[in-house]
Parts: sequence; C-alpha cells; structure tokens
Amino acid sequence: MSGKFEGTQNYIATEDLRIAVNAALTLERPLLVKGEPGTGKTVLAEEVAKALGLELLTWHIKSTTKAHQGLYEYDAITRLRDSQLGDERVKDIKNYINRGKLWEAFAYEGRVVLLIDEIDKADIEFPNDLLQELDRMEFFVYETGETIKAETRPLVIITSNNEKELPDAFLRRCFFHYIAFPDHETMTEIVKVHFPDLKSRLVKEALSVFYEVREVPGLKKKPSTSELLDWLKLLMNEDIDETTLRERDPNKLIPPLHGALLKNEQDVQLFEKLAFLARRERN
Amino acid sequence: MFVDFFHDLKSNGVPVSLREYLSLLEALDRDVINRDIEEFYYLSRAALVKDEKNLDKFDVVFGKTFKGLQALSESEIAEIPTEWLQSLTENFLTEEEKAAVEALGGWEKIMEELQKRLEEQKERHEGGNKWIGTGGTSPFGADGYNPEGIRIGQEKGRHGRAVKVWDKRDYKNLDGDVEIGTRNIKVALRRLRRFARDGVPDKLDLDGTIKSTANAGYLDIKLEAERRNKINVLLFFDVGGSMDPHIKLCEELFSAARSEFKTMEHFYFHNCLYEGVWKDNARRHTDKMPTWDVLHKYPADYKIIFVGDASMSPYEIVHAGASVEHWNEEAGGVWLQRVVDIYTSAVWLNPTPERFWTHSGSTDLIKRIFNDRMFPLTLDGLDAAMRELSR
Repeated sequence: MSGKFEGTQNYIATEDLRIAVNAALTLERPLLVKGEPGTGKTVLAEEVAKALGLELLTWHIKSTTKAHQGLYEYDAITRLRDSQLGDERVKDIKNYINRGKLWEAFAYEGRVVLLIDEIDKADIEFPNDLLQELDRMEFFVYETGETIKAETRPLVIITSNNEKELPDAFLRRCFFHYIAFPDHETMTEIVKVHFPDLKSRLVKEALSVFYEVREVPGLKKKPSTSELLDWLKLLMNEDIDETTLRERDPNKLIPPLHGALLKNEQDVQLFEKLAFLARRERN
Repeated sequence: MFVDFFHDLKSNGVPVSLREYLSLLEALDRDVINRDIEEFYYLSRAALVKDEKNLDKFDVVFGKTFKGLQALSESEIAEIPTEWLQSLTENFLTEEEKAAVEALGGWEKIMEELQKRLEEQKERHEGGNKWIGTGGTSPFGADGYNPEGIRIGQEKGRHGRAVKVWDKRDYKNLDGDVEIGTRNIKVALRRLRRFARDGVPDKLDLDGTIKSTANAGYLDIKLEAERRNKINVLLFFDVGGSMDPHIKLCEELFSAARSEFKTMEHFYFHNCLYEGVWKDNARRHTDKMPTWDVLHKYPADYKIIFVGDASMSPYEIVHAGASVEHWNEEAGGVWLQRVVDIYTSAVWLNPTPERFWTHSGSTDLIKRIFNDRMFPLTLDGLDAAMRELSR
C-alpha cells in the first residue's frame, strides 16, 4: 500500500481533490473526475501517479471504442491468415489474444494507476459494459477459459467531459470529483508552478486580464487554465511586459495575442464590438 | 450515524443510494480523513454526489444538517458574515431607516435579524416558487429584494475566510433545473437514438466473414453497412407573439437538434397549428405549405416535437375562425388531433415553467389533446420527453 496523495511540485491539489483521491485509494474504488475542458483532468491522473510513485497506464476512449477492447481482443483475421499459410503459431489460441489496458493493469505486479480518459466519448452503454470488471477487478477470457484477476487492485481514474450522462449504476461505484475553475489565488500558484521565473507583476496583470476576459458575458468558450498557460508562454516569447498589459487603452481593448485565449471567431468579434463601443463612449 | 443527513439529501432531490452511504461509512472507518468538519464535507461530497448539477443541493443540505457543529467548531464564524451583512445592509437601507433600526436595538441586533431574514428568504426561495417580499413592517423596508441578485454567500462570501465552503455555494449555476445550453440539450437529445445498418456496405463484417470462411474453407470477406441513427424528427416551432421571450431557448434547442439528428425537418406556426405551416419566417405569407401536405409527406414513424408556450385564446383550439391572423375553416384543435392521430410518438415542449400551466386554459386543452405528453423545456423536461419519444 502506497502512502497518501498530497499533490506534487508541478500540480496544485486542492483539499477536496486530495481527499477524493485518498478515499478512492483507500477503498480501492474508481475515481470519476469531471470539470470544464482545460482544467487539468488528464494531468491529474499523471500527477497522482507521479506523487504515489506508481506507473500510469492510459486508455484513451474514442467514439468507436468498445468495452471489450479494454479487456482483450481476439485477432481472428491474423489467425485465419496464418492458418492458410500453415504457420505453427496457429495451434495456440493464446498467440492471437491481444491484451487490453484493463488486462495490463490487472496483471501488473504491484499497484498501478489506470487512467480511462474521456469515458463520455464512447457509446452510452460503454460504462455499463465495464461495471462488473471495475467492481470485481476480474474478468473471464472465453477463448482460453482463464480468469484474469487483479492481485493488487489498480487505482482507476476516469475522466469525463460531460458529453454524455453516465449510468447511475456506474456512478454509484465511483467517488466523484468536480474540478471547479480555480480562483485567483489558486491560479497564481498554478502559474508559479509552471513558470517559476515569471515576474509576479506580469503574472498579476495577465491574470486580471484573463479573469476579465472570462467575465465577459456571452462568450461561447471561456478560456481555461491550459489556454492561460499557453498565452503566458506566448507573452514571454514575445517579451511583452506588464505595462502593455496594464494599458487600458480603449484602442487596445483586445488583449495582446488574444488568439491563445479566444478560440472562437464569434468571441473575437464580440470583443471587437465591445472595444468599438468603448472607443465611441470616450469620444 | 448520519442517517438523517442521508434522508435529507434524498428528500431534497440528491439521488443517493445505500451503496454510496455505506462507502462513505467505510471511508470514515478506514480513516481516510482526520476528524475535521471540512474534510468530512469533502469526503461525503466525493462519496455521495456524482453529478455537478447536484453539488449545490448537497451544499444546502450539508449546511442545514451540520449547522450546529459548524458553530461549535468555529468561533469566528459570527465575525465575518457580519462584514458582508453590514455591507449588504448599507446597500439596502436608507440613512433614515438605519437610524430607526439603530433605535430598535443597535447594529448587532439588526445583523441577527437580517441574517435570519436572509436565511428564511434563501430557503423559501429555493423550496418554493413564490416571490417573497420582506413585508411592510420590517425595519429593512426594501420590499422583495432578491437573494439571487445580490448573491448572498457567493461573491461577497468568497473572500471571507469564515464562510464555510458549502455556504459559498460555488456550484449554484450548475443546477440542472437552471441552466440549459446547447451542449446539455444535445446530451438530452441523444437519448433519442435508434441505430440501424443502412446504406452502402463498406465495413468489414468480422462475424460474417469468420462464419462464411468457416463454411467455405477459404477467406471469404463479408461487408456490412455502418450503423447510423435512424430517427426521423419533425419539429414544429411556435413563433412570434408570446414566444418572443423564449427565442434564445428555442434557438439553442434548434441548433442542438439540427446537429443531433440526421433527418430533421422543421416548420413554423403561429400560436396553434392550422391548415398552413412555413419553413422561412421571412416569407411566411407567400410560401406557406399546406399542413395536409406535411402530414401526407412524412411517414407515421416520424417523431413529432412541438415547441410552443401553448398560451392563446382557448377559442383558437376549439372554434373555427378563431385564428388571430386569418380565417381558418377548421379549429386548431382539429389539426393538432390529426397530428396526434397519425404520429404515435408526439410531444409538446413548453418553455413556460410548469407551475404556470394551470393558469391558461389553452395549455390544458393542448395537454389533453397530446394525452398529457407536454413537457417543460428544461433539461429534465427534455429528458423525459425524449424518453417518451423513444418508447
């Protein structure tokens, strides 16, 4: 049993997150993580693994992913071809069973962190198909007649972007954590972790611009943490200093390098319109 | 141990189950947290709430249940809320009123009184649907201020340390009854799916290939068509007049539905369905399509969704010639009945809140024509409607 999760140097874990991770760790239940896009759901799993000193296995879910692909796949086509060519391997069915991520995690020696990323991308029935496997941490391989069972149960972290609702039976078995959008204080810390050399005055100005942008009513897509970090990187590259940011010149109402923050044409237009209105008010 | 808390959650609409309660107890038993109210809050939240739209409800119940504990463990609690209460009162009281109140019993007393009032208002506002004014004799005078507007325990509370996390109610706007956006609508609409293989066979049919190969004794590749959503939807939108306040909601529904259903047709009508509908509001008087044509053109397996506030003069439904725009030979109800008779799955989505439905006779009439299949245009309502349609 590994120790408790306390956050890492690179990742700011809030109190509620810490407790949710520890609860999932102690009770060996899956942890479901939701939140706005770009708030660091996937990074969370990586950091948890790093903090606990465990290996991380990632299973990326796509719209075409099926539950059994996580367990194993029987490669019938290769076997068919081999049988026509008279290959020796064909005699043992085990040669044609490809292990999925769940199998890998169950068979892993010692504890491992398994990330099931963006579970909502798959079909609505997908989580239901995994209920038993995640609950008991074992499954049966029909082709060979063996049962795969986890010696030490892996810590399963599941992320969802809320595109589809997850079934109740599935939810009941998980712990849940919702990553709220970080407030000003937490954000400053997050930025500090990522860019330790950044001048604090620049950070302050940049953050206030950032939160102003988020506050603008009617934005289609609010910029999130990952966009802020990209933007800061750009600001540093272009050597823009805090005085430029501080300039609340109505002609420059749109923040410099806004392309990193606003990803939607309509949002940029909205901003331009606001800038225009502000200019007209002055004159 | 926390059975009351559990029951309170349940009765307040947070879907909790015994299994989750037991896992909370198990976590406590295994010492996941220290004996600390805040840590307990986080733990019980992670164990009991599984959807962010329920977080706000959870916060309210938690606040109510563990209020005593909170007051015991935090002595400074009384200190900082006063600050924001104070600033609040400043906003709401005139100088004279303040003076009058001061005469009543001083600042402290007022604070107490105000806090009590705020709590009352909070609770009543959440629980019910009445808009409550504070009433005339109150020393605070301002009648009917709205806790939503000043966001008690939200903006101001955020910086005050002593305001507990659950009192901040950060998740307020994630409540399912409140917010509706295209993304959420899409999720709700997605319930209405029925896959079928249709079109050109261009995917490898693995099972078929194995089977026919085994039969034939050589590699015999079989192909099949891709699975596609086979649902056909016909949308009817009420436009103009009393529907104007709901335009945004309808737009969102429309754009979500358009991307979600491959075969979706839409028509507009005004107030009630009559002998003509139109596809383009700009040319509504020139390019009308006879409703009979619509009913003949689309087969009976189409799913019908009407979107309208259903509030009009009841005569429009029951009497011929009662349309506000033209002379109609047959009453609106006759046309609606025809639609319901032809298409077995039809629903009416109503953007006005459900509690107002009884106030208009026409809503009741239409609801009866639709065999009670009228749903409010909220996420929950949409969900129920889609369930009804996919039956």
